[in-house]
Amino acid sequence: MTSGVTPAGASVAGASSGTLRAAWRPMTGWSRALVAVAASSLGLLYLLPLWSIGLKAPQYPEGLGMYIWVDRITGQRAHELQSINGLNHYIGMKAIVPESIPELRIMPVLIGALIATGLLVALWGKRRALYAWVALFALGALAGLGDFWRWGYDYGHDLNPHAAIRIPGLTYQPPLLGTKQLLNFQATSWPATGGWVVVAALALVAGLAFREWRLARSSAG
Amino acid sequence: MPIALSRSLTGLSLALLAAASTGCGRSTAPLGASTDAAQRVYVAPGKYDELYAFMSGGFSGNITVYGIPSGRLLQQVPVFSQYPEKGYGYSEQTKAMLNTSYGFVPWDDTHHPQLSMTDGMADGRWLFINGVNTPRIARIDLTKFETDEIIEIPNTAGGHGSPYLTENSEYVVSATRFAIPTPQADVSIKDGVFGGMISFIRVDSATGHMALAFQLRVPGYNYDLSRAGRGVSHGWSFFSTYNTEQAKTLLEANASQRDKDYIAAVNWKQAEKCVAEGKAEEWTTPYAHNVVGKDGVARTEMLRTQKVLNAKTCADMMYYLPTPKSPHGADLDPTGEFIVGGGKLATVIPVHSFSKMLKAIAAKDFEGEVDGFPILKYTSTIAGEVQNPGLGPLHTEFDGKGFAYTSVFISSEVVKWSLKDFTVVDRIPTYYSIGHLLIPGGDTKKPYGKYMVAMNKITKDRYLPTGPELTQSAQLYDISGDKMKLLLDFPTTGEPHYAQAIPAELIRERQIRTYTLSENTDPYATLSEKNVKVERKGGKVHVYMTAIRSHFLPDNIEGIEVGDSVFFHITNLEQDWDVPHGFAMLGAQNSELLIMPGQTRTLTWQPNRAGIFPFYCTDFCSALHQEMSGYIRVSPKGSGVKLTWNTPTP
Repeated sequence: MTSGVTPAGASVAGASSGTLRAAWRPMTGWSRALVAVAASSLGLLYLLPLWSIGLKAPQYPEGLGMYIWVDRITGQRAHELQSINGLNHYIGMKAIVPESIPELRIMPVLIGALIATGLLVALWGKRRALYAWVALFALGALAGLGDFWRWGYDYGHDLNPHAAIRIPGLTYQPPLLGTKQLLNFQATSWPATGGWVVVAALALVAGLAFREWRLARSSAG
Repeated sequence: MPIALSRSLTGLSLALLAAASTGCGRSTAPLGASTDAAQRVYVAPGKYDELYAFMSGGFSGNITVYGIPSGRLLQQVPVFSQYPEKGYGYSEQTKAMLNTSYGFVPWDDTHHPQLSMTDGMADGRWLFINGVNTPRIARIDLTKFETDEIIEIPNTAGGHGSPYLTENSEYVVSATRFAIPTPQADVSIKDGVFGGMISFIRVDSATGHMALAFQLRVPGYNYDLSRAGRGVSHGWSFFSTYNTEQAKTLLEANASQRDKDYIAAVNWKQAEKCVAEGKAEEWTTPYAHNVVGKDGVARTEMLRTQKVLNAKTCADMMYYLPTPKSPHGADLDPTGEFIVGGGKLATVIPVHSFSKMLKAIAAKDFEGEVDGFPILKYTSTIAGEVQNPGLGPLHTEFDGKGFAYTSVFISSEVVKWSLKDFTVVDRIPTYYSIGHLLIPGGDTKKPYGKYMVAMNKITKDRYLPTGPELTQSAQLYDISGDKMKLLLDFPTTGEPHYAQAIPAELIRERQIRTYTLSENTDPYATLSEKNVKVERKGGKVHVYMTAIRSHFLPDNIEGIEVGDSVFFHITNLEQDWDVPHGFAMLGAQNSELLIMPGQTRTLTWQPNRAGIFPFYCTDFCSALHQEMSGYIRVSPKGSGVKLTWNTPTP
């Protein structure tokens, strides 16, 4: 399909609906440009960490922390992931071994696909396509959060029964978002810079979709 | 200061103090301290000190590191002495640091710490210090506070006037304090001709590595202290001498006969030129050079040749400046123009002028020569004499505001005097019998000033007594105002001969927290628990062991026999700040190991009876530190118990 050419609205089922026809019309130039910006901004995820988990304890006044990136997990400072794993072995938590987490291999591809489709939507310029892409983006973000929660649950619950420290009933699932006390550690989970890029990009394109939907309604009306 | 002299003068010093009516006796003012002293030295819990001070540990052979102004002891750095707490000089990786041409010498007497310099300012990279007894110079890396290199000084006895860096750390120096036959020879003490040696040791500006560049064979006086020229006098170094009488017995009287001894002014640029022109003789005296390699292991290279210059081959490289009497310090003011002699038996403090000295040399204004070296006329070099400086002036540093501070041993005080008119402007008692003093940056182009630290030889009643041997002590003074004020007494270890201080940020910012495990190239490193193993090679058993909170691996070993030499090569797998592990073995006839994160250290154990022998971690590392232990089974020789060990559980 060639961009900029209005497809025959009549070909759509229920052709009597003007709104439906409007949805197949192109977005405004501004919206298309901003969608392109939002999609491109996701390229920053290859450079910035998505998520930050921080740990503070009396013995760690400067804190320990790790970053989750699209393709890796690292300590916030040198060797901190190793230190976190070292501490976690006392409670029988599995070591965090980035190489064994398949999501870190899949995520870069998915983000790439999201960027590519976003740019195509901007190029093509159809409102419908924008709605679909925003939905895809939002679902992807939600699925990512869900997956993160699932890993957190697994690490927090699947504990070695022979660990040195076992407290009946106590699990160590880190918070999805916010702060939680886990024994002597105060764990904090929060989006890192890359995460905030996602939030901003998603908010932007959702706002654009809403605007386009209102424009479509008013033009149809 | 020789002990005999210090002892004999103590009574005199106390008598003088008692006679003084300054009101500073301990019965009146609160121990002589100023009233706001507590506030000035209080560093709140968790706060940092303003300065690092590096104090010689004297006859402990170490360096001690203090925070100023609190006077809190921060660290001890082993240098020339075995130090079981850190396994220094015991572990296979550090033993070679103490090798000399005489063999393994596990002790020395540290005297003068010197921070490395760039453009006449301390740069915080390295600290050098001399060992007096078996003359050596050590270099400590200030990113990790560990001794990285020790070079022995050949043809020398009593390496006292050392290390005293030139203004860009081109050289460290060493000078003979006890004249001996040069080269060494079996001669009669009474009739033998003794000589001295002044050595220039090149410092590599990138690595800090030292190499003996050349030695000057000089008359057999006692070369005492030194300073390198700076600013206008860069290119020269100055050495005080005493015993120009060249007495060999009962020096306390026989070396104190002449009114003046000398400060030797060495034109080391001229000496460099003579060496380049091939005028140096080649001598062959063995000396050891011990260096820690990139793999963290100290190794010894035994060197054999040195380039020696003398007055015949290079006469214009040195001049003697007559200086009253038995001078200790030869100290340069921040501009490098004034050379202050600390004539410990003199009634004045003589101040030589560098520019006058150059003019006198050009005019050949000599009053004689010794062994071919010209002696300049006293009146031609002297800029002034500080009158009434007290009894026994020793050592001078500067505040950068036009004043000099001289420690005065016998009258136990510090005198402050003006570099403008050479008059005393203030004096304050020390408790008791000060040797050297320290002003932060007081030997640089731009002193930091603010504080002065007195290093005292005697403490008597200043602290709770601890048997016949009392603590050594330093005292902190405020020198920010017109009048010096006593702020604090703090105990020190060994005898703190001299110290240097530097603003904390110049050191703090450079600290490493761990050794990077992936960069550990120790030949016996074990970088992962997967690789632990035990190997027998004849009577030698190598244990490749790891330590991480809170276990060793392997921690059960069987198949060791009485008479084996067991090498525990232990790698600390931690990469976390402040998590060293220790290792102690029942019956080991050496020391523990203290292994920094990412580091490998080796302890040798020769079991001499059969049985089960536990080992454990000595440095409290974690909640399960006490569980961090293991067992070795030792069987009788030839019993054939199979060598086995445990590996990580998958």
